[in-house]
Amino acid sequence: MSVATSSDPAQPDAAAAGTPGTGEDLVLTGVTKRFATFTAVDDLDLTVPQGSFFALLGPSGCGKTTTLRMVAGLEEPTEGSIRLGQQDITRLKPYKRPVNTVFQSYALFPHLTIADNVAFGLRRRGRKQVAEDVRRMLELVELGDLAGRRPAQLSGGQQQRVALARALINQPQVLLLDEPLGALDLKLRRQMQIELKRIQTEVGLTFVHVTHDQEEAMTMADTVAVMNAGRIEQLGSPEELYESPATTFVANFLGQSNLVSGRVSGRDGERLVLDVHGHRVAASGDRAAPGAADGDVWVGVRPEKVVATASGTPGPDGCGTLPGGTVTDVSFVGVSTQYLVRMPWGQELTVFAQNDGSAARLVHGAPVDLHWRPEHTFLLDAAQDARAGVQREGE
Amino acid sequence: MSAAGHLPGSEPATDVPAAVPAAQGRRRGLAGYLLLLPGGAWLALFFVVPTLTLVATSLYDPAGSLQLGYQMTWHWQNYLESISDYSPQLVRSLLYALSATVACMLLGYPLAYAIAFKAGRFKNLMLVAVIAPFFTSFLVRTLSWQYILGDNEAVVSVLRTLHVLGPDGHLLATPFAVVTGITYNFLPFMVLPLYASLEKIDGRLVEAAADLYSSPFTAFRTVTLPLSMPGLVAGTLLTFIPAAGDYINAELLGNPTTRMVGNEIQDLFAAGDYPTASSLSVTLMAAIVVLVFVYVRRAGTEELV
Repeated sequence: MSVATSSDPAQPDAAAAGTPGTGEDLVLTGVTKRFATFTAVDDLDLTVPQGSFFALLGPSGCGKTTTLRMVAGLEEPTEGSIRLGQQDITRLKPYKRPVNTVFQSYALFPHLTIADNVAFGLRRRGRKQVAEDVRRMLELVELGDLAGRRPAQLSGGQQQRVALARALINQPQVLLLDEPLGALDLKLRRQMQIELKRIQTEVGLTFVHVTHDQEEAMTMADTVAVMNAGRIEQLGSPEELYESPATTFVANFLGQSNLVSGRVSGRDGERLVLDVHGHRVAASGDRAAPGAADGDVWVGVRPEKVVATASGTPGPDGCGTLPGGTVTDVSFVGVSTQYLVRMPWGQELTVFAQNDGSAARLVHGAPVDLHWRPEHTFLLDAAQDARAGVQREGE
Repeated sequence: MSAAGHLPGSEPATDVPAAVPAAQGRRRGLAGYLLLLPGGAWLALFFVVPTLTLVATSLYDPAGSLQLGYQMTWHWQNYLESISDYSPQLVRSLLYALSATVACMLLGYPLAYAIAFKAGRFKNLMLVAVIAPFFTSFLVRTLSWQYILGDNEAVVSVLRTLHVLGPDGHLLATPFAVVTGITYNFLPFMVLPLYASLEKIDGRLVEAAADLYSSPFTAFRTVTLPLSMPGLVAGTLLTFIPAAGDYINAELLGNPTTRMVGNEIQDLFAAGDYPTASSLSVTLMAAIVVLVFVYVRRAGTEELV
């Protein structure tokens, strides 16, 4: 199994919804999908608890959409099995699965009205009286007055909601969402994220949401699985993934991280003592990822956890300190100011300081010391690439 | 990103009206009419004038002749006479054209579907194969059907052996041969618009239908077929209209009892009876226009994008 869970093996938030592998959970076991030239999904094990909002997060080409299409039945796994509750659906035809998809392109039927689009699934299952259900569903997505229009007459956001209604009305056991918000502009996307979360809470179905937008995954999902190169890097609640990333890929892909090379030089009770370029820093013993409890490690800390003070001034109580930095860049972004600080060993670290008036703004070229608390330190395997998962600007 | 992507495209459109002075706008309007001129002149010269001439000829006094000239006497009687004399041929023409159109649809749809969705890298080759017969003359292709359907050739022998045809049964010079010839000759006009229509269908819509409990056949019936209607309508029009006026196939593959209205019109013109020939032509045109109008309204394709 490729899942690297950090401190707690269970999925904390989702665990409340049911024990994995029982009830109507979606369970993928050893699922592999190979295309002619490459392996899109590699020996994937995954349990999506019934009723949870589950996000598959990863960069494009990581295999998340292929995974979703295998659950939908639009692709057949090369190996492994997919179960939904007690039923093995690995080779079941897509039209026989109690699973519906909200497609990235929406795939609304252009020749049908909005009402007929939404009624499509019910009619195919032989339901004659659909008008009342369609009306109620269109009200849920706030499109009641557009029932007679055609998809081409709707805006992107409205089409997205029709696609959602068309899938939801069938009350599938699992609703699959394939980057459904990707085509929307930022403001509408935020609005739809809240909307989707509200609807999921309201209908209580299992949602599996595929996205490359880490913020989207974190705001909406109970449980996030971070995928990379066909495997799951880490699975857990958004807080857990953010605060205790298990790999450099997760540390960089979810938010930003400062990763500094260091060594575990000893133990001090519950704490690990670290040597970072000749300076002593401490970390909580339970914050070390597998393979990072001794010897060479990546010492990680999130930029907003770091406090920069003028050189020589003491930092907050209980913090470890890396002295000797120089501010090389100051960007004011409203709620916070972002600093780049060049350390004596040449590396540039990022610091986010809240603009709450508690500290004077540092200027370009100022000598500074960096401080952060031991419990905000996380340790990662030094064998991993420190740049893995770094997102370029604008992605 | 998608949000930023809209801006560069929309900017020129909003800038242009403000930047162009009114005078320049008027000149652009004039340019539009100038551009219409060649096409308009062409239509006037080769469509409006001939049609009016045809209608006028149909109302001439039938007592005249090519040598003595015709007199315009608004002789509406021509229509009554030609319809009562040639109604069997008119009805036969429409029936043959309808049969051939249905046959083209049944043969052409699977072919167009296969080219659009299943041909893979052979797609272009198959399209060329559909068009290739046009490199030979219409007459030669139709004549070769005389050979294929001939009494002493393989097709008839096999059918006689299988007792599908009686010992004296034949294919050539039957309505079947005429409809076969028409079907063969107009098949590409069905396949090409159907292919264009099918090829545009987004495969993800069929996936979405499968996701929404449609078996492959149901997905075809509820998604693919309705979305290919524009091609089907265009194909039937391109087949039915010329087929109804065709006379080559009836001439080369038929017998005296399979004569179509086109054959009669041709003979009438050849015999110099211009008023009757014209009135028959106009009648055929009117019948086709009415049928096509009803068909297009019933097919309801104007709602499709």
